[in-house]
Amino acid sequence: MSTASTFQDQSKLENSIAIPEMPDRETEPTAAAAPATVAAPAATTPTHAVELSTPQSHSAFEAGTAQLEAETASDEALEQDEVPAKNLVYKVNDLNVYYGDYHALRNVDLEIEANEITAFIGPSGCGKTTLLRCFNRMNDLIPTARIEGMIEYLGVNLYDSQVSAVEVRRRIGMVFQKPNPFPKSIFDNVAYGPRITGLAKRGQALNDIVERSLQKAALFDEVKDRLNNSAMGLSGGQQQRLCIARAIAVNPDVLLMDEPCSALDPVATTRIEDLMNELKQDYTIVIVTHNMQQAARVSDMTAFFSVDVASETDTRTGILVEYGKTEEIFSTPKDTRTEHYVTGRFG
Amino acid sequence: MAFGKVLDDKTSARIQRTVASSISRKGVDKKGTAFQMVLLTTLFITMLILVVLIFDVVQGGWEVLTTRLWGFMRGEIGSGTFPERLGVQQGLYGSFWIAVFVAVFAFPIGIGSAIYLEEYSRKNKFSRFIELNIRNLAGVPSIVYGLLGLFLFVEGIPFLTGPNSNGRSATSAGLTLAVLVLPIVIITAQEALRAVPSGLKEGSYGVGATRWETIRYQSLPYAAPGILTGTLLSMSRAIGEAAPLILVGATTGFLGSNPNILDVGSVRERFTAMPIVITEWTQKTNTVNEDVFIPSAAAAIVVLLVFVLLLNIVAIYLRHYFEKKRES
Ligand SMILES: Nc1ncnc2c1ncn2[C@@H]1O[C@H](COP(=O)(O)OP(=O)(O)OP(=O)(O)O)[C@@H](O)[C@H]1O
Ligand SMILES: [Mg+2]
Repeated sequence: MSTASTFQDQSKLENSIAIPEMPDRETEPTAAAAPATVAAPAATTPTHAVELSTPQSHSAFEAGTAQLEAETASDEALEQDEVPAKNLVYKVNDLNVYYGDYHALRNVDLEIEANEITAFIGPSGCGKTTLLRCFNRMNDLIPTARIEGMIEYLGVNLYDSQVSAVEVRRRIGMVFQKPNPFPKSIFDNVAYGPRITGLAKRGQALNDIVERSLQKAALFDEVKDRLNNSAMGLSGGQQQRLCIARAIAVNPDVLLMDEPCSALDPVATTRIEDLMNELKQDYTIVIVTHNMQQAARVSDMTAFFSVDVASETDTRTGILVEYGKTEEIFSTPKDTRTEHYVTGRFG
Repeated sequence: MAFGKVLDDKTSARIQRTVASSISRKGVDKKGTAFQMVLLTTLFITMLILVVLIFDVVQGGWEVLTTRLWGFMRGEIGSGTFPERLGVQQGLYGSFWIAVFVAVFAFPIGIGSAIYLEEYSRKNKFSRFIELNIRNLAGVPSIVYGLLGLFLFVEGIPFLTGPNSNGRSATSAGLTLAVLVLPIVIITAQEALRAVPSGLKEGSYGVGATRWETIRYQSLPYAAPGILTGTLLSMSRAIGEAAPLILVGATTGFLGSNPNILDVGSVRERFTAMPIVITEWTQKTNTVNEDVFIPSAAAAIVVLLVFVLLLNIVAIYLRHYFEKKRES
């Protein structure tokens, strides 16, 4: 089984589980007084949640493997010549998302495999961003947002009370729909994550991370002479790439990208797509895009979402219309709505 | 029209004229100009009042300030019979200590409450109720705070606020004014925190920052200029208040020895403050020493204005500093 390549190296996971010594944490007395999510990330990692069910496992990675092996075993017991068990990163089961009374997403079932690029496509307002933000618990920050159903990440219920959203977000990076650089220098923007997570605090190690991240995000050459200038002075497209660099600087297992190329020229877009193909070796990527060609070019799997308008109540809900291999979605879609959308005949 | 065909000169000239006339200015924008004039007038009225006010007090206090400025700054409050000894030193000391108490108590408590309300508390009926009440507190007349101070600090804990002065001390006054400006500090700090773009916080959470780290490294630096302006303005307000001080027992008459300004022990002794000095002296119209007290009152007002002005200059400087830091 190829799980080993999925999750980078073991040391990285351990690195982020053991609380790295942060001078700020030690010197600032407030940190100690902060709520449990701050004070005890180690106690509330996904690892811990898994350990409850499989006490012998030592990390999310091992637990995921153990669980998968168990599934494989039971599958094999039932049917000998079944296709090998999939290496699932996400398993979404009958997910409903609400913003207050508004039902944003209805009955979504979806499985995302490791080392694949999954594209979310669909008309504006159908809930692509909403689902993406559920994948790293970013919607926890919206007070009105509420989910029903199940999202499993490596076999762990992402919304389990034992799971720390902070730890989840360290492993699952995100590039937001609107570029949101910090009002700090270009260097500090990229260095923020490594510093916070304790990956590298300063010195050459940090410089290397920043440079490598900016290189990967196809931005380094443009900014190498002004790393200490404010990021707010960058153009929209440069800011977008800076945000990509910021997200990959912490070495996440999964990268969620919400329209990362919407403000980029074809050259930068190509470099980002190359980056995705490169990252795919080690990471799992989910990308939201309005660009059909891009979805077709880079993704292995495509999920088409749409808005379902209930005729009698006139309420709009986002639904997952079709999910499958990208070639199939674009060449032989099963649903006529998908066909209309991907061929540009969507009303 | 057939595209790609070269237009003859006459046609292109005609097109140019039509375009030119359609985008040219058509008369004056009467409503816009009128509105601008109204706004200008309001600004003018404000400035006029301010100028008249400043001119009036500077003129009234001119003689005192030019002939015996040093003596006036070092003089005492009550000695009307010795005009050459009259001065604002004790008032300045009192106001200084009040400012210190406000900075030490109102700022941390106020900013802390604001951070809690804005970043931690759940937005429910209870938190809305609390916020509404804080807003109401900001509008309560200052004399009511004086009563509160009298009850809590003067009569409640005299052994802390002033064992020898029955609690009628700069400590009681400072605490009372700290309570008075607390709602203003909370509200302005809350507004500054609310103005932090949500994208900024999400970016921070997105790379795995905790709530504390996000507040410490993103929200607070971004909101710092706004929080600072609000707090220092509330400080100006505290320094100008007179009514609550009368209730907590500011001395209007003779006040014993003149300690050093940094003599911390004196904060639990009897005290007075600039607004009290001014109120007291202006009430001496139609008395024997009227011609001593009234110019001195004007001079004291000038001193207080300079005090507040200095404070505002510091506020502007700090604001500028934090804004620069935010941009870089
Ligand atoms: N914070 C929120 N509060 C209330 N409703 C929201 C919130 N965020 C999104 N919605 C609603 O949920 C629905 C789905 O929004 P979402 O942002 O997921 O759409 P999207 O598919 O990403 O669209 P786009 O392609 O335009 O980015 C929309 O109708 C939107 O109005
Ligand atoms: Mg979106």
